[in-house]
Amino acid sequence: MEFKDYYKALGVERSASDADIKKAFRRLARKHHPDLSKAADAPARMQEINEAYEVLRDPQRRAAYDQVGQGRRSGERFEPPPDWGSGFEFSGGPGDGFDAERYSEFFETLFGSAQRGRTRAHGGARGFESQGQDHHAKVMITLEDAFVGATRRITLQSPELDADGQVHLRQRELQVTIPKGVRAGQQIRLAGQGAAGVAGGPPGDLYLEVHYEPHPRYRVDGRDLYVTLPVAPWEAALGAAVEVPTPAGTLEVNVPAGSQAGRRLRLKGRGLPGAEPGDLYAVLQVVLPPASSEKAQALYRQMAREMAFDARAPQGGER
Amino acid sequence: MSRDSVVRIDWAQCDIRLELEPFARACGVEAAFVNLLVEEGLVRPDGTPWCFGEADLARVRRIRRLQRDFDADLQSVAVMVELLDEIDRLRSVLRREGLEP
Repeated sequence: MEFKDYYKALGVERSASDADIKKAFRRLARKHHPDLSKAADAPARMQEINEAYEVLRDPQRRAAYDQVGQGRRSGERFEPPPDWGSGFEFSGGPGDGFDAERYSEFFETLFGSAQRGRTRAHGGARGFESQGQDHHAKVMITLEDAFVGATRRITLQSPELDADGQVHLRQRELQVTIPKGVRAGQQIRLAGQGAAGVAGGPPGDLYLEVHYEPHPRYRVDGRDLYVTLPVAPWEAALGAAVEVPTPAGTLEVNVPAGSQAGRRLRLKGRGLPGAEPGDLYAVLQVVLPPASSEKAQALYRQMAREMAFDARAPQGGER
Repeated sequence: MSRDSVVRIDWAQCDIRLELEPFARACGVEAAFVNLLVEEGLVRPDGTPWCFGEADLARVRRIRRLQRDFDADLQSVAVMVELLDEIDRLRSVLRREGLEP
């Protein structure tokens, strides 16, 4: 397992005061909090910062960490000393049990076992059964997957005590088949796939949150899709039958005569499939032919002469 | 130790409707905290007994993350959550217009 430099994670000196550590954590949390930052690595960065703060904010944990961390560098191979944990009493569980599955193996080894060991012994003595924690995971799919359904393999990590009372991060693979028509943001509940129960209690549940990968062509809004449909000026002006791409294949639609740029053509039921399927909106984008040849310039000049059109006068065209 | 299992998801599992206790457990909070959020109008369950959906689940988990990571009181978190909802709405408009990926 790799040694984690918690001081480096928060960007503070080893001699930093509690107030400095708190200030550094707050500053980094505002920058990397996944609720505030849209950066792809925000959840991972926040996890790192949280874990570092969990240790350095607590005087007992910090003292213990400083003792094993002397002279070590981040990423270095690390095994806890055999007498680890003796002489230290850790109060309170990591993060009050919140998203405990998200701590690193390094953290779990150093600070997870004392707490969980006590919980289990305590619970066992009283014959106290309780349901395991509910876990949450994200699953990424493409828009095309949402149209036909998909199979995804997800890796779940949870800390587990072995027979010797040592904590290990247990990896578990789960293969899920996702039905067609799932929305971005949809939560899926898998009963009994969460953390194992305590003292014979039932396991918790697993919640999967569906996310879409950004699509180069379609924009998604709930169950509706938006696609840009480029048309020539005469197609918009005179009307035309044009082909529109949809995730389920190409469709022919009629562009009504007198259309302006930005007009939305609604293709009912061509959005996300489902009991109440969404709609697909083709948004017209009028593309001007380049006036790069003499012939094209002559045509534009002819229009300018003969059409008596003022682009800046109030428009009567439909949008 | 690794165990590979295959789970076929059906639509019943996608329709999250939870009563107070299982909802609180799914959010990783005490039922009393959920009660407080309902009293403060931050979560609006349907019906009697209360029934919570997926939007409530995402919201309570967000409230809890913000409260924990910024040590913020509930009123400050309420303002943050409402601003974040507004940002989400504006982003979805930008996305729809093709102005943001």
